[in-house]
Amino acid sequence: MPSAEHPLGRQEITCHKATTLPQALELRAQHKGCTVIAGGTDVMVDLEMGLRTPQHLVDVWGVEELRGVRKHGNRLWIGAVTSYTDIIRSTEAQAEAPALVEAARTVGALQIQNRGTLGGNLGNASPAGDTLPVLLALDAVVEVASRLRGSRFVPVDQFFVGYRRIRLEADELITGVWLPGRHDNDHTHYRKVGTRAAQAISKVVLAGRLRIRDHVVQEARVAFGSMAAVPTRCAAVEEALVGRPVDPAAAAQLPRDLAPIDDVRSTGVYRLRVGQNLVRAWLESLR
Amino acid sequence: MTIGQGVHRADGRSKVTGHALYVDDLQPPGCLYGATVRSPHAHAEVLSITRDPDFDWTDITLVTAADIPGRNCVFLMTEDQPALAAERVLHVEEPVALVAAPSRERAALAAKHVVVEYRELTPLFDAGSAEGNDSVIFAPDNVFKRIRIDKGDPSQVSAGRVIEGTYTTGLHEQLYIECQGMLAMPRDDGGLTITGSLQCPYYITKAIGKLLGPDYEAPGRINVVQACTGGGFGGKEEYPSMVAAHAALLALATGKPVKLIYKRDEDLRATTKRHPCAIRIRTRVDDAGHLLSFECDMVVDGGAYNTLTPVVLSRAVIHATGPYRCKHVRIDGRAVATNTPPNGAFRGFGAPQAHFAAERHMDRIARELCMDPVVLRRRNLLVDGDLSATGQEMLDVGAAQVLDAALAAAESEPPALPDLPGGGLGVTRQLRGRGVSLVFHGCGFTGNGEAALKGKVALELVDGQVRILTGSTDIGQGTRTVFPQIVAQELDLSLDQVLVVEPDTAQVPDSGPTVASRTAMVVGGVCQQAAKKLADALALEVGRDAPFAELLAERTSDMPLRVEHVYADDGSLTWDPDTYQGDAYPTYGWNCNVVDLTVDLETGAVLYQRLVTATDIGRALNPVLASGQIEGGALQGLGWATQEEVVLDDARRMRNDRLTNYIIPTSLDAPELHTVLVEIPYEGGPFGAKGLGEIPLDGPAAAVAQAIEQAAGAVLDALPMTPERVLEALP
Amino acid sequence: MKLAFTLNGQPVEAEAPPAARLLDLLRETLGVTGSKEGCGEGECGACSVLIEGRSVCSCLVPAAQAHGADIVTIEGLHGPDGALHPVQQAFLDHGAAQCGICTPGFVVTAAELMDRGGKWTRADIREALAGNLCRCTGYQKIIDAVAEVLDAER
Repeated sequence: MPSAEHPLGRQEITCHKATTLPQALELRAQHKGCTVIAGGTDVMVDLEMGLRTPQHLVDVWGVEELRGVRKHGNRLWIGAVTSYTDIIRSTEAQAEAPALVEAARTVGALQIQNRGTLGGNLGNASPAGDTLPVLLALDAVVEVASRLRGSRFVPVDQFFVGYRRIRLEADELITGVWLPGRHDNDHTHYRKVGTRAAQAISKVVLAGRLRIRDHVVQEARVAFGSMAAVPTRCAAVEEALVGRPVDPAAAAQLPRDLAPIDDVRSTGVYRLRVGQNLVRAWLESLR
Repeated sequence: MTIGQGVHRADGRSKVTGHALYVDDLQPPGCLYGATVRSPHAHAEVLSITRDPDFDWTDITLVTAADIPGRNCVFLMTEDQPALAAERVLHVEEPVALVAAPSRERAALAAKHVVVEYRELTPLFDAGSAEGNDSVIFAPDNVFKRIRIDKGDPSQVSAGRVIEGTYTTGLHEQLYIECQGMLAMPRDDGGLTITGSLQCPYYITKAIGKLLGPDYEAPGRINVVQACTGGGFGGKEEYPSMVAAHAALLALATGKPVKLIYKRDEDLRATTKRHPCAIRIRTRVDDAGHLLSFECDMVVDGGAYNTLTPVVLSRAVIHATGPYRCKHVRIDGRAVATNTPPNGAFRGFGAPQAHFAAERHMDRIARELCMDPVVLRRRNLLVDGDLSATGQEMLDVGAAQVLDAALAAAESEPPALPDLPGGGLGVTRQLRGRGVSLVFHGCGFTGNGEAALKGKVALELVDGQVRILTGSTDIGQGTRTVFPQIVAQELDLSLDQVLVVEPDTAQVPDSGPTVASRTAMVVGGVCQQAAKKLADALALEVGRDAPFAELLAERTSDMPLRVEHVYADDGSLTWDPDTYQGDAYPTYGWNCNVVDLTVDLETGAVLYQRLVTATDIGRALNPVLASGQIEGGALQGLGWATQEEVVLDDARRMRNDRLTNYIIPTSLDAPELHTVLVEIPYEGGPFGAKGLGEIPLDGPAAAVAQAIEQAAGAVLDALPMTPERVLEALP
Repeated sequence: MKLAFTLNGQPVEAEAPPAARLLDLLRETLGVTGSKEGCGEGECGACSVLIEGRSVCSCLVPAAQAHGADIVTIEGLHGPDGALHPVQQAFLDHGAAQCGICTPGFVVTAAELMDRGGKWTRADIREALAGNLCRCTGYQKIIDAVAEVLDAER
């Protein structure tokens, strides 16, 4: 252990700054095991708590080409380094993905929203990530890239492979998220049950989308955060909804999809009961 | 006329510009940083303390109990609490060793490399089985204090029906936004200066008087200075003495200035909290709801050391009946020891717990008699001339006035329904409810406490300015603004001619601690009397009677003119501390809370829409400061009601030891707070003022419980009423 | 790592480990102590500073990202001719500071809100300030002060 720590600490960590995507991909490939940092709202907390001890940080906050919300045809692209504030203020996001805008408003509070990014929410892959169930409900596709292999596209429901683990190679970077544009028959819903009204980690977070035509549900997405090791779609609930008029009784299927646990913030019993209540209340509001 | 004016804070400009200096802003050259090694066990023998040989110790100083030059004790009321554990630890997080290093990083790292060997012992955690337990934490029987109050004889009452209930409250963290911190600096004359975040500088001089050995025992060898302090609420009443003890030991051992600043997680785990309380009430009531008899058994959990626990029990039992009349009362209270971190002062100091129980019991009575809870309260409210549970004739009772004022304010406009992001408005089912609670709160120290304290204030006339020298501190409540207002008013001076000097025990007298809702009423009163003495002294010096400002202009001497005044009452109050009979407090504040809220039927979450409070404060010396105190205390009460819970592990160590997980209200959780100031002047207070610091926290939680009941039919008698518990309790 | 940036309108140079906290760079290295530590994890907002005009928790910003940035702390906020910033004046007028430890963070965040312009309600203000925790005031007078500055009616 060196006996001359810098008084500000953390001198063992090197930081590599990128201003272009090729630079970022080059740095990512060069430094195996590096941690990517954008706004720092997750990484810096982990450093402070001693949960992460990287030797190399690759800083992508300055990669402007990964920032923005843009319509391409009838799809919406959101760059990985786009902050929640940018999403909230984006007229395209408000028009095409209002549930995502609402979710962004519930992430932390203003200071976190000014720095936290959508790419960070995905990369951190917390089970409680507030935007992640919305991405599931909207059938988002995550775009990742590497220097060697270029871009590839991962449907978000295949992106989370385990507790805080994502389908991302060691030399890959999350570059953006693609969302289908808003469909006229879609009814979306976002509900966050946090530990308090703001600046809160969710205990239960629900995002849903029903595509209804002639009173019959064509497509159903019911996704939860904070209910499992990964953000999760509820297959049994979705199946009970498709092909018939909106039926609030479908909420009763939830225990077949989820077995939430107790933790320092809440209990499994509460989470499951609330999860069912939220789904039922939403479905009742659509009848 | 400055009294009654919402004048700007004296220290406001420095605070809004970021120039106010808190202890961690001070950076003396060559300063070292301290860190504390703490026990992971709730009950254990300390077998050895050694250094990890694989760590580089060259720039580290290690201090253990064996190194303490004087008496290993942080003195408050008793000598039971050591500065560093010697042979035994009695609670998790108990301090065992200290290190000093050139940087915070290094200090924290060094602390991790101190190797402590323990032999674990069986801990005693259950307050209910602590008394007389074989495992002795506080000799002889784990009881810090027993208090019994008898009025009439409830056992002779057989009329009416019996209504019983049990009410419990848990740990509650003060959550001052500035963590605990101290800076200890060796002085050129060989003494020691301790500067820090604190409420009571003289508590510290008394607490560590014998700790540092004979060299430091003479008065003045240690002086304590209050830095600008970022909140206290009682959490910086006694705990700073422990931090100061540690910083002092390190300063002595190194010969250098040492800063000991807690990070939030350590502050949450290791420092004092509000005492958990279990209260059983058994009343007899007639068909109209009159209280015929009131019996109460109260168990207060003090944790492992005495600290101030007997006084918390005292306040709790005195307030146990609530602001209601009853001829036959028995209150049995005991405060016991457990192997948990010692509990301590937090605004209200036993009264919030007592009032939660009394108010919930009134609600139980109302429920069983199918009566409106407000009507029931009116029927039993104390009025002038009634005798309290301790037999005190209650005078200038403001209970009905605050009830009427709060209800009128609440009726005047309906509260808005909040629409929160992610809140599901339009989808979620929410039921509205309103709850009302009524409380009273004794101002100042109990019984003859103020006469015993002999709080002193000095005034000095220097360079045309009146300087107020007092050990009372400003911790946000506005002492440094209100004291000048009192003196300026008394002497008819402009406010900019009067100021409070920095609280440094080398300069200012002991005015008693900044606690117990006494600062404005008691010490402010002493300031007023001292001002009168200063006027007399100046008149004597100049040789004639005239307004102070005139005499000041005529004054030829530039010698400072100094007077002192010591608190003395007129001896008309009588109090027996053995039987707990007599005049418990010189006067009481009165407060009513009316809360409007919604209960979310999907989640059990409570959303506050509005809180109306009406408080009789005697006289609003500064209405802006007064309403600010009430608003802050009220929101702490709401947080205690539904959000703030200390989650413990098997060793009773706090698990939610970060602000992410210990949940205080944000601005979005907080409702609009409508404050009505009621003024029934108290002739014993400066310009009629009474104490008001604590009463705002006494009542809101009970009002919330009633509102939840009214809204959703869920009856909760334990705090906090988290969404999990509310959902569970929905019928 | 050598850093060069603008602090409160002045060019500044400093040296720090790149992953060190901006809060510590400001307080410990540069002696600019107006920004406070209340939690170290971005919950309380007492460390808020403006970077490119946006309020952020400086305890969560790595020093490396200060390089080339335009940073304003509480010490850099003022009105025309060195008078108090309108938010500071409003805090004084409404009694919005008690112990004062949270005040710099609130003033910095409110300064961003002022720069944003637009129409505000009290509820909007509560939402925007929810990342700044206060324990003394119950927020009431803080909302009053900021509502005055932002001309918020209800």
